[in-house]
Amino acid sequence: MNIVVLVKQVPDTWSERKLTDADHTLDRESADAVLDEINERAVEEALLLKEAHGGEVTVIAMGPGRATDAIRKALSMGADKAVHVSDDALHGSDVIATAKVLAKAIGTVEGFDLVIAGNEATDGRAGAIPAILAEILGLPQVTQLRKVTVEGTTVKGERETEEGVAHLEASLPAIVSVTEKINEPRYPSFKGIMAAKKKPVTTLTVADLGVDAGEVGLGGAWSGVIEASPKPPRSAGQRIDDEGVGGSKIAEYLVGQKLI
Amino acid sequence: MRDPLELLDIRSLLGEEDRDIQATVAGFLAEHARPHVADWFEAGVLPREFARELGKLGVLGMHLEGYGCAGTSATAYGLACLELEAVDSGIRSFVSVQGSLSMFSIHRYGSEEQKLEWLPRLAAGEAIGCFGLTEPDFGSNPSGMRTRAVRDGGDWVLDGTKTWITNGGWADVATVWANTDEGVRGFLVPRGTPGFSTRDITRKLSMRASVTSELVLEGVRLPDSARLPGATSLGAPLSCLNEARFGIVFGAVGAARDCVEVALDYAGTRVQFDRPIAGFQLTQRKLASMALAVGNAMLLALHLAGLKEAGRIRPEQISAGKLNNVEAAVAVARESRTILGANGISLEYSPLRHANNLESVLTYEGTSEIHALAIGQALTGLSAYRG
Repeated sequence: MNIVVLVKQVPDTWSERKLTDADHTLDRESADAVLDEINERAVEEALLLKEAHGGEVTVIAMGPGRATDAIRKALSMGADKAVHVSDDALHGSDVIATAKVLAKAIGTVEGFDLVIAGNEATDGRAGAIPAILAEILGLPQVTQLRKVTVEGTTVKGERETEEGVAHLEASLPAIVSVTEKINEPRYPSFKGIMAAKKKPVTTLTVADLGVDAGEVGLGGAWSGVIEASPKPPRSAGQRIDDEGVGGSKIAEYLVGQKLI
Repeated sequence: MRDPLELLDIRSLLGEEDRDIQATVAGFLAEHARPHVADWFEAGVLPREFARELGKLGVLGMHLEGYGCAGTSATAYGLACLELEAVDSGIRSFVSVQGSLSMFSIHRYGSEEQKLEWLPRLAAGEAIGCFGLTEPDFGSNPSGMRTRAVRDGGDWVLDGTKTWITNGGWADVATVWANTDEGVRGFLVPRGTPGFSTRDITRKLSMRASVTSELVLEGVRLPDSARLPGATSLGAPLSCLNEARFGIVFGAVGAARDCVEVALDYAGTRVQFDRPIAGFQLTQRKLASMALAVGNAMLLALHLAGLKEAGRIRPEQISAGKLNNVEAAVAVARESRTILGANGISLEYSPLRHANNLESVLTYEGTSEIHALAIGQALTGLSAYRG
């Protein structure tokens, strides 16, 4: 089974994340960059499926030069090869442009059966890429899964919602997105880390993929950020000493905040 | 700045692969060790299951080739030791003894059968190994060891006592060094061999998250196939110690780094006289001196790693690293504790735990005194302690 995993390098959620003053895009220099945690789980799921069914795992990432760190992490974990789409023209791309480029990149992987993505990235949090990709590629989508299995040419999954658990299935090839409940990702083994640098990574530009540079990037985006300001610092809060009526005082406060 | 090593941008000296391995070890420990280490220290335990997890991570014997070992660079091994000791010297000691004393002695001096029997299990953490050289009356002077191995037909019979043996009480196999009529020889003694017993040393004020034991050999009969065929003199166990000392050179930096991180964080939030104590000149002097000590120790460690990777490191150079870095780490740990004030004596904060552990590190694997004399001999050509 040939599996494609979409990964993204994001600013570490522990570091201070901000937008640049110049064009309100992500300030990649201000924060430590890591492989998005949800993508570690997507890679893990792909590796589990490969271990069960055989085949090959290809990692695809779109991002600037240093996204190679995130790609290397996925290869260290055990993915076989990678495609890195890197082009200055992509700076500031919205979800539609990103999906168009990723769809072309997926097209370079011959005979793929399954595409696995995280349900949303921790930076942009649009959560729309898997669905848009399915639309562009004309493939079924089985999204927001907490469990994935493949039987023959069918992928089955469980989607947990507040209303209950939906059991979904689709015929391969298909697009799957997974949530943080899917698995616990493995640590890369030292042998894996040492093998990673020998694994093939194909670097492609938008021109290589036959995408018009005018359709992508900040200029081609359908929406833009006009202004951004940091969240005001948290204020000290209000202290209530419980003298038998603490509960009602908390309720009063919540009513005052229009929370209940 | 949280990490004092950022002051000198030490990261820029590291290769991608070594950095990835360091980050993997640090990430693993943040999840599996840091939250528990104070409890382990207080209870005086290191959980057996944790040893297995370290094996799964691949850290046991990581610098050895083949037999289930990853074969990483010396730098990567050093950086792993640094991260392990940043959590606790007891954890680094377990890994040092397993990888650099037990596994290295088998890897370097063992027969193919011995390697196949033990190394994959030791690498996976399925089996635990220890290394018996020190005796109650022979610490710095192992050449006087009283443990004897005597030939009896095709077998050997061992008698003697070893002490201060890290991992002794839970080891599945002990590399035991003994005097014979032909000189010092090494033997692999499996747990359960008749006449072989261990007693754990308790009531320790240092290295509490570590198993330390006495090994007792009373008429232990072993076939000649238990002897390490490549080991033909005291040079063999001493070469193993040089491997372990190399890990300590980095490990000590880790303990010191952790102390400075804690002190920096504490000084930034602890308010006296209406401002954080980090703003006081006396505190800044302490912090600056400590950051320099940690940075210098790290530069020395990386330099020695380069020499080791080039295959030309000399024993007195390892002595220089062990002497300098452990003494620096002890001083940093104690100084960090002063920044924490009274809170610094609680297990809530790591510096005093590190300082206590480093008392052991100062003494084991060659005392500071012996390393000073090894350097003295290299400088003068005169041996101060050997005839």
